[in-house]
Amino acid sequence: MSTHTGGYYLPEPSHWPIVGSLAMLCGALGATLLIHGVTGGGWLLTAGGGALAVMLFGWFGRVIHESQSGYHNRQVDISFRWGMGWFIFSEVMFFAAFFGALFYGRAIAVPDLAGGDEARLLWPGYTGGWPTAGPGLEAAFTPMAPWGIPALNTLLLLSSGVTVTWAHWGLKRGRRGQLNLGLALTVALGLAFLGFQSYEYLHAYRDLGLTLGAGIYGATFFMLTGFHGLHVTIGSLMLMVILGRGLAGHFRPERHFAFEAVSWYWHFVDVVWLLLFFFVYWL
Amino acid sequence: MDAHATPAASVRHGPPTGPMRWLTTTNHKDIGTLYLWFAATMFLIGGLMAMLIRAELFQPGLQIVQPELFNQLTTLHGLIMIFGVIMPAFTGFANWQVPLMIGAPDMAFPRMNNWSFWLLPVAGGLLVGSMLLPGGGVAGGWTMYPPLFLQGGISYDLTIFAIHIMGASSIMGAINIATTILNMRAPGMTLMRMPLFVWTWLITAYLLIAVMPVLAGAVTMLLTDRNFGTHFFSAAGGGDPVMFQHIFWFFGHPEVYILILPAFGIISTVIPTFSRKPLFGYASMVYATASIAILSFMVWAHHMFTVGMPAAAQLFFMYATLLIAVPTGVKVFNWVATMWQGSISFETAMLFAIAFVCLFTIGGFSGLVLAMAPVDIQLHDTYYVVAHFHYVLVTGALFSIFAGIYYWLPKWTGHRVDETWGRWHFWLSAISVNLLFFPMHFLGLAGMPRRIPDYALQFADFNRIASIGGFVFGASQILLLIVILKCIRGGEKAPARAWEGAEGLEWTVASPAPYHTFVQPPEVK
Ligand code: HEM
Ligand SMILES: [Cu+2]
Repeated sequence: MSTHTGGYYLPEPSHWPIVGSLAMLCGALGATLLIHGVTGGGWLLTAGGGALAVMLFGWFGRVIHESQSGYHNRQVDISFRWGMGWFIFSEVMFFAAFFGALFYGRAIAVPDLAGGDEARLLWPGYTGGWPTAGPGLEAAFTPMAPWGIPALNTLLLLSSGVTVTWAHWGLKRGRRGQLNLGLALTVALGLAFLGFQSYEYLHAYRDLGLTLGAGIYGATFFMLTGFHGLHVTIGSLMLMVILGRGLAGHFRPERHFAFEAVSWYWHFVDVVWLLLFFFVYWL
Repeated sequence: MDAHATPAASVRHGPPTGPMRWLTTTNHKDIGTLYLWFAATMFLIGGLMAMLIRAELFQPGLQIVQPELFNQLTTLHGLIMIFGVIMPAFTGFANWQVPLMIGAPDMAFPRMNNWSFWLLPVAGGLLVGSMLLPGGGVAGGWTMYPPLFLQGGISYDLTIFAIHIMGASSIMGAINIATTILNMRAPGMTLMRMPLFVWTWLITAYLLIAVMPVLAGAVTMLLTDRNFGTHFFSAAGGGDPVMFQHIFWFFGHPEVYILILPAFGIISTVIPTFSRKPLFGYASMVYATASIAILSFMVWAHHMFTVGMPAAAQLFFMYATLLIAVPTGVKVFNWVATMWQGSISFETAMLFAIAFVCLFTIGGFSGLVLAMAPVDIQLHDTYYVVAHFHYVLVTGALFSIFAGIYYWLPKWTGHRVDETWGRWHFWLSAISVNLLFFPMHFLGLAGMPRRIPDYALQFADFNRIASIGGFVFGASQILLLIVILKCIRGGEKAPARAWEGAEGLEWTVASPAPYHTFVQPPEVK
């Protein structure tokens, strides 16, 4: 920092990106081979995943170190804000594709199959409606009822939005205990959500006959809730990192973008869940 | 790790040497160079595929490749040219030029910049390498429509993952560029003072971040339909193959603007320089670009007029598409008005820019013809469509890339371009490209379908002309390689302002641009 004139921080050459690229290569190859039952595919996929984890750990560790050493000036901070904002926007569009599939299936494809001329010739008895596994499958299933576990999960996630905000207030007022407690509660709520969701999936497969193969309902149900669950998992991991940093005494009341980035992400995951609860479970 | 010391030190010392320099670099100029050479390599691969396609279509009958291989060639040619050539080349330009043009010391996230690049060879390698797998490479067309795409072998899954990786690369690249433009401009450079190239890239970055995830979602659904028993695109399960087309083209149409907006930016830089006049109607250019971006989300079903849509939907998508011609027309008008009464000189960069204005406009017009639903029902999936998108992509996007290369090579290498070789490259390309693609309009009007290795006798003459044009066009690109290599190795020294009429911050730094520029931001007045 001594000779540093407050300019924009430009990092040294880094080997992490190329590690990440090789990890993706292994992962993609491994996943493809695994899908096609070629031996070694699973190992390759695991190796790729492991390398990616090492890379993320090393890379973010480096960034945290730089942040703690005071290399990041105000302008770098603003870059992080723009970057995170754009990233969340890209995630919104990713979910939009699957919501699009849900709406299209419900509003256009299924009514067409039940009422269109061609469909009447192919599947004369099909009456459509929602939920449905489509006219040509022998898959009897029970849809997931909204007012059991899903409603409870809604409550859990909404509360976790509150606890993370409470933690933020603590951070801004310099109350470290409140910060750490709020984060710990948020992590716990996130993990509880994931636990219930795993149980819900088990229940769906074991008792309800609701599987990935249960037609357009099953496909959109698992794709939307599954990717959401993946995001809750990622969000929980990020919260744990932030909690660890909180315990290590990182962050200052006026400068703590890493915390804010994770809480933005967490709120985004929260909003997606509300949409899911409304459109996938309830309606 | 402690050698990392201070930021100031990192600015002072030069790059590591040897291959590690390129693998680990965080320098926007290095990464721009990598992008450009990657695009050139993929251009060679995709171009050789095109040569094979044209050789097979030289005369009716099956001579050189079997239909299975032919389908792989057309599919991979399309994917490679779009995702491996045009997009990386534009990103290379953005890497080199955006920081130079806005007075920034580098990109906002230099390490992520490296990752965005190094994901591309991985994805490209998976894509091209999949041709060697049992069952051959992906052959379902670059648009990947189900149900055909659901029936292919192992290379189809590899293609899906390759597209995921390219998408990740594009999204990270776009986030980097958008953040750089929004946050790293030199003091005094307000948004409405930015060079137009920077504006077009800002809007392109927005489009990329908005639609690449949608493509990722679409191919993910293909993946689960193929392997995990879902029924997104199968009517038996209540899904619909047409749904894929909707999702794909919701990505696909903005994607074609991703492929052309940076081209507009390059042309809007080159034409004023060689006309020695400021760009005519700067503000209207910005607004036209923004409206094209907004409209591009509302026109996707013009690719689907034949799938059976309600008439009201056809009308909506038809009129919305025709509307795009208005901002596009504004741009063409402004380029012509910039040249009007200018003192024009015809360096190779300018020649390509003028050819762009003429020939891209032909592509725009054939787009309007296709946008009319009743007409498109005849022309859909014929060579007319092939003619249309090659006019916008080759004489449009690719010619702008050529113009940009000739224009900025002196800044990159420090040497002037060999204009004689450049002119040969231009004239050979410009003539042969029309020989190659113009007859395709007639073929399409006469009903020749696209994506077939063999055809009826009456199409023979035009196909032969197109193939000859294709071979000449392909061979002419060797000249470009020679020009570039010559320029890197030597030639007349270029001054900081390499062109008499050139404006902008990039011309205030030495040629070649030093490894680090604008460490202290310049003042823009
Ligand atoms: C004036 C603006 C434009 C209009 C009105 C327009 C209209 C159309 C229409 C209606 C089609 C569908 C034809 C069919 O499949 O039957 C089409 C196809 C296509 N257009 Fe354009 N277009 C325009 C500009 C562009 C630009 C700027 C690009 C790219 C740089 C582009 C690239 C393509 C491509 C790649 C296809 C073919 C996709 C495929 O089926 O493989 N277009 N265009
Ligand atoms: Cu389109």
